[in-house]
Amino acid sequence: MSILVNQDTKVIVQGITGRDGAFHARSMLEYGTKVVAGVTPGKAGQDVNGIPVFNSVIEAKKATGGNTSIIFVPARFAIDAIYEAVDAKLDLVVCVTEGIPTLAMIKLMDYLKDKKTRLIGPNSPGLISPGEAKVGIMPGAVFKKGKVGVVSRSGTLTYEIAHHITQAGYGESTVIGIGGDLIIGTNFIDCLKLFNADPQTEAIVIVGEIGGTDEEEAAKFVQRKIKKPVFGFIAGQTAPADKRMGHAGAIIAGGKGTAKEKILAFEEAGIEVIYEPAEIAQKLKTKLA
Amino acid sequence: MKIHEYQAKAIFAEYGIPVGKEKVATDPEEAKAIAQELGLPVVIKAQVKVGGRGKAGGIKLVEKIEDVASVANQILQMTIKGIPVKKVLVAQAIPIAQEYYLGITIDRAIRKPVLLASSAGGVDIEEIARTAPQKIIKQPIEPSIGLLPFQTRNIGFKLFADSQIVNEFSAIAQKLYQIFWDKDCSLAEINPLVTIRQSQATSPRLIALDAKIVFDDNGLFLHPELADLQDPTGEEPNELEAKKAGLSYVKLEGNVGCVVNGAGLAMATMDLIKRFGGEPANFLDIGGSSSPEKMITAMKIILSDKNVKAILINIFGGITRCDDVAQGLLAALKESKIAVPIVARLTGTNEAEAHKILNGSQVIPAKDMAEAVQKAVALAK
Repeated sequence: MSILVNQDTKVIVQGITGRDGAFHARSMLEYGTKVVAGVTPGKAGQDVNGIPVFNSVIEAKKATGGNTSIIFVPARFAIDAIYEAVDAKLDLVVCVTEGIPTLAMIKLMDYLKDKKTRLIGPNSPGLISPGEAKVGIMPGAVFKKGKVGVVSRSGTLTYEIAHHITQAGYGESTVIGIGGDLIIGTNFIDCLKLFNADPQTEAIVIVGEIGGTDEEEAAKFVQRKIKKPVFGFIAGQTAPADKRMGHAGAIIAGGKGTAKEKILAFEEAGIEVIYEPAEIAQKLKTKLA
Repeated sequence: MKIHEYQAKAIFAEYGIPVGKEKVATDPEEAKAIAQELGLPVVIKAQVKVGGRGKAGGIKLVEKIEDVASVANQILQMTIKGIPVKKVLVAQAIPIAQEYYLGITIDRAIRKPVLLASSAGGVDIEEIARTAPQKIIKQPIEPSIGLLPFQTRNIGFKLFADSQIVNEFSAIAQKLYQIFWDKDCSLAEINPLVTIRQSQATSPRLIALDAKIVFDDNGLFLHPELADLQDPTGEEPNELEAKKAGLSYVKLEGNVGCVVNGAGLAMATMDLIKRFGGEPANFLDIGGSSSPEKMITAMKIILSDKNVKAILINIFGGITRCDDVAQGLLAALKESKIAVPIVARLTGTNEAEAHKILNGSQVIPAKDMAEAVQKAVALAK
C-alpha cells in the first residue's frame, strides 16, 4: 500500500500540449505511471508521446477511465482547470501551477467543501509512491519503495531529504509535496491521517517551512493521534521577517510563523526534530529496524 | 505589491472612505504651497512603504507656514529602514478624539478573509496582539457571502457609543472589504481610523488618517490598472532585477552568497550556513527550469553585494538540469573575472555532464550539501 496514488491510478494531464505538460507527461510515463489522457481545449485528436488528447476533462475521463489529474496550465487558466477537474468528479487533482491568486483559491476551497475531489497544491511538485506511480515533477531516481512517508511544503528540499532516506536503505511509501502557497487544498494533517492509516508507512517525515501555522496544527495532531514515529524539519531559521522567501506562503508576517515557534511546537509534540537534511538517516535508525 | 499611503488613500477616496484634505509633494517648495492652500497646522508624512515611520521621525506636525519647507526638506533627506524618502504627504491636521484600528487580511488557518478591529489603534496590530489581545475583535468573512452589514454594525456597537458613528464605521468597513475583494489584496488597513473631536463636530465623524494596501502579487494580472501604482524607487534594486529575470532574491547581511534551486532548499542552505558558523549573504532561488542565462544573472546579482566573500551553489537537479547550471556558471566566469571562491554541489539530472563541464575551472566541487556548506563557510572566513 501507499497513499493517494498507486499502480491503479489513471492520470489525465491538463495542459499536456504545453512545454512543461508534454515533458512531464513523458517523464511520468517513463516512470511507469499510467498516463491515460491529456487535455488541451481545441486540440482533441492529437497525441503526445502516444497519449491521446481531449478537449475536456469529462471527455478524457469517459474515454479512458482517468481518475486523477495533474495540472500544468498557466496561472491565469489554472483555477478554471481545477474547477473543470472537480466538476468531472475526479478523485484527485494535483496542481503544479504556481501564481494562482489567493482570493481565487479561497473561493475554490469554499466550493470544494462538500465535493469528493481532493486537491493537492497549487504550487506543488506533486506526489510519488515509489515503484507504483509518479504524479508530479520530481526526479524518480531519487526515490525507492519503502516504509517512510514524507509530506512537505517544498520541492527540491524534499528530494534532498528523500535522497538521504533512500541512501540509508529505508525507502519511501509515498512522498507528497503539498505546495508552497498561502492557501492549499491538502494540508499536513490530511496527509498525516492517511499515513497513519497506511500499513506500508512505518515512520513519517514532515518537512515544513516558515509562514502560517500549519506545522503547529500538525504537531498538535501528531501528539493526539499518531503512534508511528514522526520526524520534522523546518526550513527558514535564518529568514528575515516580512520577506517572502520564494514561496508565496513562506513569509514571517506580523512576527508570526517563525521557524523557532514551529520547532518548539514539534518538540512539545514529541516530534523528533532534524536540523539538517542528512541527519534524517541517523534519526531513522534510532526508531526503525 | 505594496503601495504608498497617498496611493492607498486615492483608492479609499474612490470607494468613498473618508480621508482628510491632503496632497503629495516631492520638494519643500511644493510642500509649502500645499500647506498654504490647506491651511495650518499640517502634518508632513514621509511616503515610504515601511512601518514605524512615526517612530523614525518621518511624521511631523507643523504649526507655522515658515517652518513647512524646512521640515519637509528634513524629511525628504531621510532614509527610513534603508529606504530613501522621495515624497511627502502634506495633510491638514485633524483634531483627533480617539484612534481605532480596522484591517482586513487573510486567515490562512481557516482559509478565509478576516476583519480585525480594535479600540487600541495607532500602534501596530502585532503590538496590540501582544499587549492587549482582548481588544482585538475578529470577524471571519464567508467568501461566498461577503461581509454582512449586521456584522460590521455589531462591531461598531462594541467600539462606539454614538449611533451616527456606528453607521459611519459600518459603511467604512463594508467599503474596505469591497476594495480588499475587488482588487485581490493581501491586506487593506486603516490605522488609525480616527474620531474627530466633538467641539469640531462635522460630518463625517470618522476619518482614515492612514492607509495601507498590499496587493497579492499573484492577483496583479487580473488588475492591469494597478501596474501604474508600482513605484520602483524605494525597492531593493537587486531584488527588482532578480524578479525580472524570474529569480527570487532577498538580500541578507552575511558574506556567503548562495545560489540554489527551489525556495525550501534555498532556506535550508541558508540555515546550514548558519549552523556551520557562517552567515548567508542572501536567499536566491533560481526556480524550476534553469537556463544558463538565469545563472549568469544570478552570479551578477550576488557579486554586486560587496560583502560576499565566497559563493555556494547548491543544486538538486530535477527539472533543473545540472549541465545547464554548469554552462551558465562557466559563461559567467568567462564574462567577468570572479575573485571570490566558488563552491558547487550539483546532484541529480545530468550531474556527470555538469562535472565534466566544470572540470579544470576555478569552481571547487563538493559531493553533498553539508560538505559544500562547510567549504564555503571556511573560505568566507
